[in-house]
Amino acid sequence: MAYKALDYYLIEDLLTEEERMVRDTVREFVTDNLMPIIEECNRTARFPMELIPKAAGLGLLGAPYPEEYGCANLNAIAYGLINQELERGDSGLRSFVSVQTGLVMYPIFSYGTEEQKKYWLPKLASGEKIGCYGLTEPDFGSNPGGMLTRAEDKGDHYLLNGSKAWITNGTIADVAVVWAKLDGEVRGFLVEKGREGFEAPEIKNKFSLRASVTSDLIFQDVRIPKENILPGVKGLKGPLSCLTQARYGIAWGAMGAAMAVYDEVLSYGKSRIQFDRPIAGFQLVQNKLVWMATEITKGQLLVYRLAQLKDAKRMRPQHVSLAKRNNVGAALEIARVGRDILGANGISNEYQTFRHMNNLESVNTYEGTFDIHTLIIGEDLTGIAAYT
Amino acid sequence: MNIFVLIKAVADSEATIRPAADGKNVKLDDITWVLNPFDEYAVEEALKLKEAAGEGEVTVVCNGGDEVPKIIRTALAMGADRGIHVNGPRSFDALSIAKSLVNAIQGKEYDLILCGKSAIDHDNNAVGTMVAELLDLPSVSFVVKLEKTATGLKCEREIEGGLLVVETPLPAVITAQKGLNEPRYASLKGIMAAKKKPLETIDAKSGEVQVEVIAIEPRPPRAPGEIIGEGVDAVPALIKKLREEAKVL
Repeated sequence: MAYKALDYYLIEDLLTEEERMVRDTVREFVTDNLMPIIEECNRTARFPMELIPKAAGLGLLGAPYPEEYGCANLNAIAYGLINQELERGDSGLRSFVSVQTGLVMYPIFSYGTEEQKKYWLPKLASGEKIGCYGLTEPDFGSNPGGMLTRAEDKGDHYLLNGSKAWITNGTIADVAVVWAKLDGEVRGFLVEKGREGFEAPEIKNKFSLRASVTSDLIFQDVRIPKENILPGVKGLKGPLSCLTQARYGIAWGAMGAAMAVYDEVLSYGKSRIQFDRPIAGFQLVQNKLVWMATEITKGQLLVYRLAQLKDAKRMRPQHVSLAKRNNVGAALEIARVGRDILGANGISNEYQTFRHMNNLESVNTYEGTFDIHTLIIGEDLTGIAAYT
Repeated sequence: MNIFVLIKAVADSEATIRPAADGKNVKLDDITWVLNPFDEYAVEEALKLKEAAGEGEVTVVCNGGDEVPKIIRTALAMGADRGIHVNGPRSFDALSIAKSLVNAIQGKEYDLILCGKSAIDHDNNAVGTMVAELLDLPSVSFVVKLEKTATGLKCEREIEGGLLVVETPLPAVITAQKGLNEPRYASLKGIMAAKKKPLETIDAKSGEVQVEVIAIEPRPPRAPGEIIGEGVDAVPALIKKLREEAKVL
């Protein structure tokens, strides 16, 4: 059955023709290329690497950045719609694009030298090179400022020691943007694959994001050339500004997953007969469907306005926290309720809702957990930080 | 190589088509317009030929109303260079459409005219060959493979049980059949570039519309099925009905 995206409040009317075309292109790409294989990828814990050249050819990697670096220079709404449509397919592919775009290309674009930008951005946009982002550590998740990874200035090079955990794309990456303390201050480094002492083993046996590569990064006396430091930023502001970009995409993406679930569950509800009538005709099921549609509509409007703020350069990180927290939290709950409507069929791999539900557990945790975003917004509203 | 591609906006194949109140037209309120799939093959082939030649322009020409600019920009986003919107009513009359398209391209320089073998709405299979006739050009229709030769084009057409290989000089009119190629997606860069490409609007000069739709009627509802019986006992009665009523045995 063809995917029918919920648009209860006619948000379509707010989009420009280019924005619609971008969305339709990505939707078609996902329908034609990801949907036929995603169940198999998820079951066998395989990232669909074969789709990356095609996705890059379409311009899905680094879409918001300027043409001079091989990118499409899209506005925030179009970039958001890319995330929405990718995550309609699977959070794994959306995560890949988010990491490449928001966490790897963004710091190089914002804090890199012209040489770094000219070398890396076109290669990352074309998919010739893959990037990953090393901030989280085994013992420092919500509190990245406590990181133990250290860089030492050895005169003609830096020496990097430490480890990172839960790194999307780690094992398949050609370059890692690694945040480490240099003289007690957080700095960004570009660490290429193959440097002696740098390993990126994959974390296996996940219940979630199975069609995505998640890894540890281990650095043991890794020599980093001096020109590989990102000169443009010092302190936690560097990594946190990247997270703002990625969280922005996630807030859109989560609605894509929720829309996929809603579409599946609505059509199931209308065709599943119990007590001689479609279950969608029962009040309890309608209550669930109405709640789902309401939450999706709210989430869609939230990210649409967030995009306007981003394009107007008025978006604050706390605005992004509110959207990420709300939309991922809602999407996860929508997937759980959707799974319930599907009954026993909902635990079968014939249906995608369970896969989205499992993925969204990760999405709810990564890039700032639901609770941490609560505290970020809480601090913004009251002026009192609850976590220090 | 300068190529003109004749394209059409059609209702999305997943749209539910309902007759309008006048009983002669289709209700257009909820229709999503898309580039006719057979014309997509034509656009793709034009782009491939241009890329192989390393020079030239691909111009798309489309007849219709307000639905047309979006469809032209879809082709521009795929990579076509310019568009001509032949602004006039949509019509079933293939000859009048062919004339208005010919009016838009006559006098311009072209090596080749491509279009889909048919549009998925009216399914006339006529406009392309009519354009060839009006321009006094050779025409090959339902082409599944196209190859540039020193003097023209080698075309393959599928025929019952095999292939027919024909050659034509240029300029010519070629109509595209499914299988000719795999149309590319409009890339994001292509979409952004499309709005900067020239899109000219001209009034349609179609002449007299001769063939007119006088009614669109929904298919009569299917007669309900009949349960003859259950199990092995029902088989003789079923065979009798299949033989005497359905006449399929």
